[in-house]
Amino acid sequence: MKPTKKRDWSVFLRGMQSVIGLLGLCIVLSILSPRFLKWGNILNVLTQTSLNAVMAIGMTFVILTGGIDLSVGSILAFSGMVTAGMIHSGLNVWIAILIGLVIGTVLGLVNGLSVTKGNVPPFIATLAMMTMARGATLVYSSGRPKSNLGEAFGFLGQGKILSIPVPVIILFFVFIVAYYVLTQTATGRYIYATGSNEKAAKLSGIKTDYIKLLVYAVSGFTAALTGMVVTSMLDSASPTAGTGAELDAIAAVVLGGTSLSGGQGGVVGTIIGALIIGVLNNGLNLLDVSSYYQQLIKGIVILVAVLIDRRRR
Amino acid sequence: MPLLEMKGICKQFPGVMALDDVCLTLDSGEVLALLGENGAGKSTLVKILSGVYTMDKGQIKINGDIVDIRNVWDAMKLGIGIIHQELNLIPDLTVYENIFLGREKRNSVTKRIDKSYLKQESKKLLNRLGVDIDVERIVKTLSVAEQQMVEIAKVLSMDCRIIIMDEPTDALTTDEVQNLFKVIRALKCEGKGIILISHKIEEIMEIADRVEVLRDGKYIGTKVVAETNTDELIKMMVGRELKEKFPKIKVPVSDVVLEVRNLSVPGLLHDISFELRKGEVLGIAGLVGAGRTELAKTLFGVYKYSGDVFVEGKKLKLTSTSAAIEAGIVYLTEDRKEEGLFLDKSVSYNMTLATLKVFTGLLGKVDTRKEAQTVSDYVQRLRIKTPSISQTVENLSGGNQQKVLVGKWLMTQPKIMILDEPTRGIDVGAKVEIYNLINELKKNGIAIIMISSELPEILGICDRILVMHEGRITGCLEDNEATQEKIMRYAISTGGMYFEAN
Repeated sequence: MKPTKKRDWSVFLRGMQSVIGLLGLCIVLSILSPRFLKWGNILNVLTQTSLNAVMAIGMTFVILTGGIDLSVGSILAFSGMVTAGMIHSGLNVWIAILIGLVIGTVLGLVNGLSVTKGNVPPFIATLAMMTMARGATLVYSSGRPKSNLGEAFGFLGQGKILSIPVPVIILFFVFIVAYYVLTQTATGRYIYATGSNEKAAKLSGIKTDYIKLLVYAVSGFTAALTGMVVTSMLDSASPTAGTGAELDAIAAVVLGGTSLSGGQGGVVGTIIGALIIGVLNNGLNLLDVSSYYQQLIKGIVILVAVLIDRRRR
Repeated sequence: MPLLEMKGICKQFPGVMALDDVCLTLDSGEVLALLGENGAGKSTLVKILSGVYTMDKGQIKINGDIVDIRNVWDAMKLGIGIIHQELNLIPDLTVYENIFLGREKRNSVTKRIDKSYLKQESKKLLNRLGVDIDVERIVKTLSVAEQQMVEIAKVLSMDCRIIIMDEPTDALTTDEVQNLFKVIRALKCEGKGIILISHKIEEIMEIADRVEVLRDGKYIGTKVVAETNTDELIKMMVGRELKEKFPKIKVPVSDVVLEVRNLSVPGLLHDISFELRKGEVLGIAGLVGAGRTELAKTLFGVYKYSGDVFVEGKKLKLTSTSAAIEAGIVYLTEDRKEEGLFLDKSVSYNMTLATLKVFTGLLGKVDTRKEAQTVSDYVQRLRIKTPSISQTVENLSGGNQQKVLVGKWLMTQPKIMILDEPTRGIDVGAKVEIYNLINELKKNGIAIIMISSELPEILGICDRILVMHEGRITGCLEDNEATQEKIMRYAISTGGMYFEAN
């Protein structure tokens, strides 16, 4: 038999389906609002989307192993707040950022440890972390925002390279690395294996506990990275930053066709999912839809999209 | 007019024609056995009849009327009941709740479930089956055989005209099988039609009236049991005559590869010692629960143990499965679907998962071209029947799935292979292929431990046989002195008193 590489059409179509949805949404919005297709607006959509997308990529890693991470919004706030505090105390901006990222990764590792060594269900472990990290943020900041963080730090969220916003560039690199790891490396396959059949993965010599630690650490890292960007963008770390962000991240992953039971999906879908949410937000703003209705419509879109996906399987 | 008539049934799955123009007739008061290798289409056919799958083409008539079966409820309403191969009980509910699940008798006013009525009816049903199970027990605390009986009671409670049994005797002991047959005979007398799927030809010869044989999704023929014999049926099943059932070869044994000394796992294994030599197949016999799988898994680094394990004279610390694989010990699980395969993934993915490091290059990238080449080589060598290496393993037959797993372990270039029930759920033809494969491995200098519950297989393939009972080794037999009786004596009790007393 020849080593043939047959394209798996069902997987391909599943990916295409969300792309078609996204394109359809864009077409409708460009007809309804002439401002939608303006270059400035497109950059705006991409910048807004990149925040959720980076976090959703980390979330994809966790969900692929069959887990979930509810703590990303709180980790975002805490790491952003600590970095802002460090900057205020006169520390070098880059070291402050590094500390913020390390904190996020460590909190992710703690999630992973609760799940693996402590045998706590991911939902509970990360729910606890969500509450703890939010509490720690409030304690550290005494409930007050930390603003005026200086120009150097502002570059991360407000800067541009070759007229492309830095957050979009960050997303690009995070995406490339995530895509490469998941599709090209052994580690990527182990992540899918852990979600697809954990027992069999263990009996294949895969250290599934290590894989789980890794994915929660990745999720903590991407949450902290988003925390840096958001804080920089607003030039202020708010103790309530990222409230509910975990739900947007999960929505992006699910819209992108990744199975919540693990083992199926990927980051390409997640990017599309994040774009659908981003475009929808932007379009509804352009059309002056009240924010009350926006929530309602977003919820309906998510439900319908997942229903269509379910029916196809 | 027959009770049931199926004509021209076709069903296609991605990449396979599961059923191609298959027919079936069943009279009332008749037991029809469906026979065929794994992947022949037996289960697919009865799943169509019971509404689990819908057919692509074909016609089903019951008592002469054309019926349309779109889902499980349609089938139930038509009086078709099925006892599935995989048990479909809710583990956390009681026996009686399971039996009447979805059909609870309720008080017409308060809508409260009439529990005492359900318990009483459940008791009657189980009595009819000749089993004594407390109807208030939680199902997950029952043995597999007891659960099987509950499943049968559930179908009886539906008062079906057509009862399908998919491998009902797999988990049962001889006595329980005889009980089941009594029930089947009673159902026959009541005029029910019964379709029985079984791998065990002896059982079919005992209980069935007619046998229908399928092969590769096609109808091969129907025989009246009284007018046929085992050889003819096997020939119909595999399409050729099986000359040698156990093609054993002898290879000169050489050095000791594996030495186990005083191995113990609290509560599971006690003071196990044995040696394994190159070019040898060591059988491990014993009853279910004797600790055979636990011994295998301990050697594969799953359980913490005390005692010593040496491979080629070197003492090992088997703290994880990866340590065992590193040391050259691999374990082929008895439970392919739960512990072996990634069903939603490709042949290639499944085969290379344990050896990805070999294919990993710069920046951790897996060299997919090299991977595909190696996988194709193994697919060819092991004669795995698959349309391509990117086929999802879910769509392969049991024998081919097993070969995928064998290939996965061969890629690790093991010194010792532990095969746990390697032919379970595999049909006659594919079994011989697995035996040949074992011989080939033996010739290539791989030492093999084979766990099996089928004594003829153990006697036919192994060079030496260890017998286990309650976590201990109770006997060791050379193949020329071993008999089924001797093995059973060691397997049942330590002193061998059982047989003498009889």
